[in-house]
Amino acid sequence: MTPDQVAVTLAGLAAIALVVWFFWLKKEEGMRAMLTSSGYQEAMILVKGGYTPDTVVVARSTPVRLVFRREESSPCSEQVVFDAFEKSARLPEGKPVAIELMPTEPGSFPFTCQMGMLRGTLVVE
Amino acid sequence: MSTASESVVWAGAVEKPDPATAELGDSQREYRALMRKWWFAAAVGAPTMILSYPWILPVLGDWLPRGSDRLRAVWVAMGVAALAVLAYSGSQFFSGAWRALRHRQANMHTLIAMGTGIAWLYSTIALADPGLFPDETFTEVYYDVTVVVTALVVLGLALEVKARGRSSEAIRKLIGLQAKTARVVREGRELDVPVEEVVAGDLVLVRPGDKIPVDGEVLEGTSAVDESMITGESIPVAKAPGDAVIGATLNTTGAFRFRATRVGSETALAQIVRLVQDAQASKVPIQRIVDVVSGYFTPAVMIMAIGGFVLWYDLGPAPAVAYAVIVAVTTLIIACPCALGMATPMSLTTGVGKGAENGILIRSGDALQSASRLDAVILDKTGTITWGKPVLTDIVATGAPESELLRMAAAVEKASEHPLAAAIVAVAEERDLRLPPVDSFEALPGHGVMAAVEGRTVVLGNRRLLEREGIDTSSLDGDWQRLADEGKTPMYAAVDGRLAGLVAVADTVKDDSVAAIRALKGLGVEVAMLTGDNRRTAEAIARQVGVDRVLAEVLPEDKAAEVKKLQLEGKRVGMVGDGINDAPALTQADVGFAIGTGTDVAIEAADITLISGSLRGVVTAIEISKATMRNVRQNLTGAFAYNSLGLPIALGVLYPLVGVLLSPLMAAGAMSFSSVTVVSNANRLRRWRPKEIST
Repeated sequence: MTPDQVAVTLAGLAAIALVVWFFWLKKEEGMRAMLTSSGYQEAMILVKGGYTPDTVVVARSTPVRLVFRREESSPCSEQVVFDAFEKSARLPEGKPVAIELMPTEPGSFPFTCQMGMLRGTLVVE
Repeated sequence: MSTASESVVWAGAVEKPDPATAELGDSQREYRALMRKWWFAAAVGAPTMILSYPWILPVLGDWLPRGSDRLRAVWVAMGVAALAVLAYSGSQFFSGAWRALRHRQANMHTLIAMGTGIAWLYSTIALADPGLFPDETFTEVYYDVTVVVTALVVLGLALEVKARGRSSEAIRKLIGLQAKTARVVREGRELDVPVEEVVAGDLVLVRPGDKIPVDGEVLEGTSAVDESMITGESIPVAKAPGDAVIGATLNTTGAFRFRATRVGSETALAQIVRLVQDAQASKVPIQRIVDVVSGYFTPAVMIMAIGGFVLWYDLGPAPAVAYAVIVAVTTLIIACPCALGMATPMSLTTGVGKGAENGILIRSGDALQSASRLDAVILDKTGTITWGKPVLTDIVATGAPESELLRMAAAVEKASEHPLAAAIVAVAEERDLRLPPVDSFEALPGHGVMAAVEGRTVVLGNRRLLEREGIDTSSLDGDWQRLADEGKTPMYAAVDGRLAGLVAVADTVKDDSVAAIRALKGLGVEVAMLTGDNRRTAEAIARQVGVDRVLAEVLPEDKAAEVKKLQLEGKRVGMVGDGINDAPALTQADVGFAIGTGTDVAIEAADITLISGSLRGVVTAIEISKATMRNVRQNLTGAFAYNSLGLPIALGVLYPLVGVLLSPLMAAGAMSFSSVTVVSNANRLRRWRPKEIST
């Protein structure tokens, strides 16, 4: 192997490690939903190329209200699906849409766009 | 996983947009924007393709020889044009990739942005500082890859957006059914008001040919109403005072007034739209596997591209760096996470919409998948196979004419409250028989009735009653047995102590039950009938309609247990019932089919609601489910096969074997083609029609 081949190989391995670390080994910290006077744990989620925040932490047995606001025209994100809660909503561009859920069991429940490309997690503690 | 949640109340939109028009506007705007981007990229693409390899054409080759300053100048101009294409036509890839990266996620945008970006960067570096590379073959430019790949992928996206719009056509059609205005009576005056202003309790006038604006109950007048758009039933339904009418259905020739009972988001149509939208956005269970795969897919493609680059750099032929770049770019471009992601939602949206068009509401992807795999269907006899209303079927008269026997029997029964009695009276009234008044009426529960009519004693009942009265029944016992064997309820009639004949009453089979049951068996589904009737009656009906298995003498509270028994035999069981009394059995079944009554569409316990009362709906529902799941499987197989063949080819596995290396342009074409194919295949479902069931 020539020195440049060694360099390219090492750089390639480093790049692969970077991809694995960056995309697969991320730690989900997330944002805690705020308890409002109406008794709901509320969080606003921006939909733009992804969900911001993409991890929302809530307590169990208290109703949750997630308000989605989609700020892009790409049709990919026009639906949000909470598979575990059998809930979904169409998100018209620029208009806030609320989804209400009642988490009764702790766990991590994903929410995604219809095709599963955009991903978020509802962490129930 | 409903255990994770309960009472998931839908607060609905904070703001309530009209979903149909909003969606339509969105997708059309998106389509036009993408098409503008495609035209720009294509316009730049054509000269870029030619000028990247000018030596292929002799004339251009002479004018722009390799290594000349003139060619360099042309390539610099191409680089600038390619950058403009990336910035305009490819903007959504870069912004999408960037936004995903900020969430530490990757998607199709990431792959396309990386592929086209790398091709542009490599070309620009080679052009700016050729000295970096060992020889001039390294310093070719790949601006054509940048531009043409962007053009093809944008075109693919545009076609996809257009086709996606078509797949949700069903919802638009449903919303389009809504009447715009209503003619109401307020303060004694007739007014035309927008349908949004109709409130529950309003008196609404419907003239011939009008669309019925909201749900309600007929107060006066009669007509026939075409309800096909809601129930899928092609024959107009007769309406008289007291009958329910459904908003969005079409009045034919009569005129009537009705009281509005449900308006706005409460109407059957609004509920149907909501149900269909929810179902379209749900997931088919298969997709959960796909979701897991696609979560790893895009980063895995990046790893493959990096691995491909390294392998080709280390082991490939010269010029190694050029091959390595081509392989990495081709790998990034050919992978199509979109085809994978779209495979099931597209088919589901179309299939659920198709159901709604035929009066079948499928609640979710789960229900759809389960319905496509049923082994057995249990039909509740009363109200499902039969009308659920007894009618007079036979009169056997000895001596006196038939009408005289009927007149006497009906006169006595008129005083009775038994449901069988009503059937006899109804026929007598239909035949315009004048029913004389009766005296000393006596009902003997479990036996029959007797009374004095026109001075004569009439006895109507079972053999025990007649024996008690000392009347010999033997001459008609044979007929009695025959009628009983046919599943009917025969009654002896005697006048003045002498046997006068038999009348038989039965719950009759709906016209299309036999055909529907035959069609169900044709789909490979075992058909069982469940009833509270005694076994003999039940078996008689079962023979008549061709049911394989009879679950007779089942108490209403044991219906769910019967479903479970069949499930314990390892069968996937569908239960067809009325949604209210049968709710536990519908819930127990793998798929609960509720036979609706037209206006009541949101039946909670049901996985599938058949808006019309016909059993044919069950057949159509199963057929739609099967067709949709077949489509899903085709799409998934196609998408998986495409990616698992395309990626190795892009990585160059064919090169050592046959010396073929895929160009990034081919990869872009293939990638666009694969996602368009998935969407087009899903759209094929739109042409699906229920099979005509011959009766």
